[in-house]
Amino acid sequence: MSTYTLNQYPWWKYLLIGLVMLWGFIFALPNLFGEDPAVQISGAREHIAIDASLQDRVAGLLSAGNLPHKQLELEDGRLLIRFTDPEEQLKAADILKDQLGRDYIVALNLASSEPGFLRALRLSPMYLGLDLRGGVHFLMEVDMDATIKQVEESYVEEIRTQLRSEKILYSSVGRAASGGILVEFKNTAERDKAVEVLRKNLRGLQQDKSSPLTLKLTLDEPEIREKRDFALQQNITTLRNRVNELGVAEPIIQQQGSERIVVQLPGVQDTARAKEILGATATLEFRLADEENDWYQAASTNRIPLNSRLYKDREGRPVLLQKRVMLTGDSIIDAASGLDQQSGSPAVFVTLDGKGAKRFEDATKDNVGKRMGVVFIENKTETKRVDGELKKTAYTVEEVINVATIRDRLSRRFQITGLDSTREARDLALLLRAGALASPIEIIEERTVGPSAGKENIAQGFRAAMIALMVIAAFMIGRYKWFGGIATAALAANVVLIVAALSMLQATLTLPGIAGIVLTMGMAVDANVLIYERIREELRNGNTPQAAIHAGFDRAFDTIIDSNLTTLIAAIMLFGFGTGPIKGFAVTLSIGILTSMFTAVTGSRALVNFFYGGRKLQTLSV
Amino acid sequence: MWRFDFYNTNIDFLRWGKLAIGWSILVLLIAIASLVFQGMNLGLDFTGGTVIEVQYPEPVDIPKVRNTLRQAGFGDAQTQHFGTSRDVLIRIPPRDEANAATLSNDVLHALQGAEGGAGVTMARAEFVGPQVGAELVEQGALAALGALIGILVYVMFRFEWRLAVGTIAATVHDVIFTVGWFSLFHIEFDLTVLAAVLAVIGYSVNDTVVVLDRIRENFRRRRKGSTLEIMNRSINETLSRTIMTSLATLLSVIVLYFLGGAVMRGFSVAMIVGILVGTYSSIYIASASALYLGISREDLLPRAKETADERP
Repeated sequence: MSTYTLNQYPWWKYLLIGLVMLWGFIFALPNLFGEDPAVQISGAREHIAIDASLQDRVAGLLSAGNLPHKQLELEDGRLLIRFTDPEEQLKAADILKDQLGRDYIVALNLASSEPGFLRALRLSPMYLGLDLRGGVHFLMEVDMDATIKQVEESYVEEIRTQLRSEKILYSSVGRAASGGILVEFKNTAERDKAVEVLRKNLRGLQQDKSSPLTLKLTLDEPEIREKRDFALQQNITTLRNRVNELGVAEPIIQQQGSERIVVQLPGVQDTARAKEILGATATLEFRLADEENDWYQAASTNRIPLNSRLYKDREGRPVLLQKRVMLTGDSIIDAASGLDQQSGSPAVFVTLDGKGAKRFEDATKDNVGKRMGVVFIENKTETKRVDGELKKTAYTVEEVINVATIRDRLSRRFQITGLDSTREARDLALLLRAGALASPIEIIEERTVGPSAGKENIAQGFRAAMIALMVIAAFMIGRYKWFGGIATAALAANVVLIVAALSMLQATLTLPGIAGIVLTMGMAVDANVLIYERIREELRNGNTPQAAIHAGFDRAFDTIIDSNLTTLIAAIMLFGFGTGPIKGFAVTLSIGILTSMFTAVTGSRALVNFFYGGRKLQTLSV
Repeated sequence: MWRFDFYNTNIDFLRWGKLAIGWSILVLLIAIASLVFQGMNLGLDFTGGTVIEVQYPEPVDIPKVRNTLRQAGFGDAQTQHFGTSRDVLIRIPPRDEANAATLSNDVLHALQGAEGGAGVTMARAEFVGPQVGAELVEQGALAALGALIGILVYVMFRFEWRLAVGTIAATVHDVIFTVGWFSLFHIEFDLTVLAAVLAVIGYSVNDTVVVLDRIRENFRRRRKGSTLEIMNRSINETLSRTIMTSLATLLSVIVLYFLGGAVMRGFSVAMIVGILVGTYSSIYIASASALYLGISREDLLPRAKETADERP
């Protein structure tokens, strides 16, 4: 190989590097634009339309309140109103909350002010973690021991009912102190009868017949798993409903592990209020419909018959139900959506516990053919400042979630049909579960960052990153002159690629994540240091400049791979075991290592080849 | 233009190899003694409890804040300035009460209710339940162990076993030194510091691998010279790289220490200590350990592998 052809890249390599950098710049671009204070309006429920008429109404309300807005956008089923001033944003949110009522969720948000063409390309800036944007993070744990205890207690009732109806003589049924259910009998013959009956009817129970006069029943593995999962899903459903009311623009409610739920509420300041709303309890009531009076007339004249109460359903239509309660939510063991086997139409299958089943049977047997409503009730507390004093007030929100005709005498298992869609069936099942006996839930971790602290963190992180970049640039140029300049260009390109990758993956950027970027800057130039020191060595050994460049890049390559891979192993371990902000550190560190291998090796090689390749050189500025 | 060069150095590093190892063992014993007898100043992430950072509109005296808190029933709270004289950090040890999660709001209300506290705002509040803290300790230890094992496997695969053992010895040395530093000077050890310790593991191995790469290369290329000479030569040849990279990384972490804000301070301290001790250990501990484990040229020659395989 002659000296002249060394260190030349074919055109397509430059093109490839150019394309990668173009990709980087485009994806990093949205981060250059600031954010507008905005108010986001979405429907509190599925059917509430966010449309042009709402847009006109909102525009009217804003101009009546003398609040100038920058832009009104209707997209993805939400209405976004941008403001220039945070003051105006807050005032507008207050007015809109008042005027639009409970049907809409009015939330404060920050909307990226990137120009339309970037939004059209679906490009967004990096997703900032709560420590950078402010907000609350809760980690909640469902008390699974209590859940299993509840399940066992409902089985105790069930067993009693079963034994009685089969006329089996027992002396006692109860939960054993060590867990499980203990049934005691007068004689072994009765016990053996019970064994048969219970095995047939209660499949989820394991039987232990080791002593002659007792039968010990424990929940089997699949049953325990199912109940735990049910308790978790039920709590997630409930939390989701509650968070909707808080008016949070981009809430996250996620299962973590087998018994925990993460709730992240960006921008929420008032953690006390958030806890109150999240901690509200819900229940259900089944009531017979008032068939004698006209519901609409009662609602419009406000003359409610003596034995009835006026409710509203989820669409806001009036419903008259009798005052007498047939059944409450704590009798519900399960509610699942599915398809009715006969008609194939969507249905919700409800399972009651023994006591509830008996009550429900009595209440429905004389009312076949009549209608029945299900009321969803939430008990909430609200703390408000009245004359400087903090006052807690409790209030309830009641809503009819379903009205159906009783077709038959209803007992332990029954189904609700006549639903319009599988979606409606699913929603109803979720609500029935949410209102069933709730498993206790506890906040085990809370992290709150105020909005100004978040802004300060961003500012500090950004400044630290910029100054680190400059210091390292000065250091590299001071030591390696022109080659140092090339390393600096590669380093800057690396930062662009990290930002682009984070924006594309929408991985969460946290404060430790910024530290990871700063740290990567220091470590990324290591590849350049290795190469340049090697080039110097080759020059000292008497090689020509071109041969030295070639050997420098070539020989350092293995070492660069080795050293980067080992750091990557540590970063991956950190990602696997870390939580929250630490994960953010692991993400930026890993991405930074990968992009730095590209920029520091391929990128700086391309620049070196471009400037020095194929030329006769006497000396090298390294 | 300033310039520093190490390419003509011919320092007999390994002459002090035994001394360095003896010194390191002594320092590690001190670190371990401190860990055993003094323990760690574990942060909220690991102990559980509540931390609240509030900002006053005007500079405020700590005793005043303490007094307010004591009257409100938070006598067990630790109070200190955080960054500026307007910022106050309040720590409350874990409590058994059921409403531990609402503690931060109660504290804020108490401070706002006191004289001169009308404009107090909450900058940050963290509550960690005891069950979470125990898990984080466990996960952190697992992450560190996992990283060490992963790197050990990689280095064993890439290098001869004596060099791999030397690398791990150097890395463990750096971890114990860094953690011991936090114990000895009673600096708070929280999750971000743990992340830094793992980054130190990565960095330390990175630094060591470069020296080992050169040792292997020189054993294969040069026929002359004793094991000791070749190792010394390799260390000298990579010296300017070792120092340059350490300085570059050190500079970025020092910037972070001064400009990254109070939250990142512990992280930066761990990185600074880790980088310094990591540089030292990649020069001394890794190669000296391999040397005393009896490494020789034959172990690193490509054909050495086959003979190694034939051994029973």
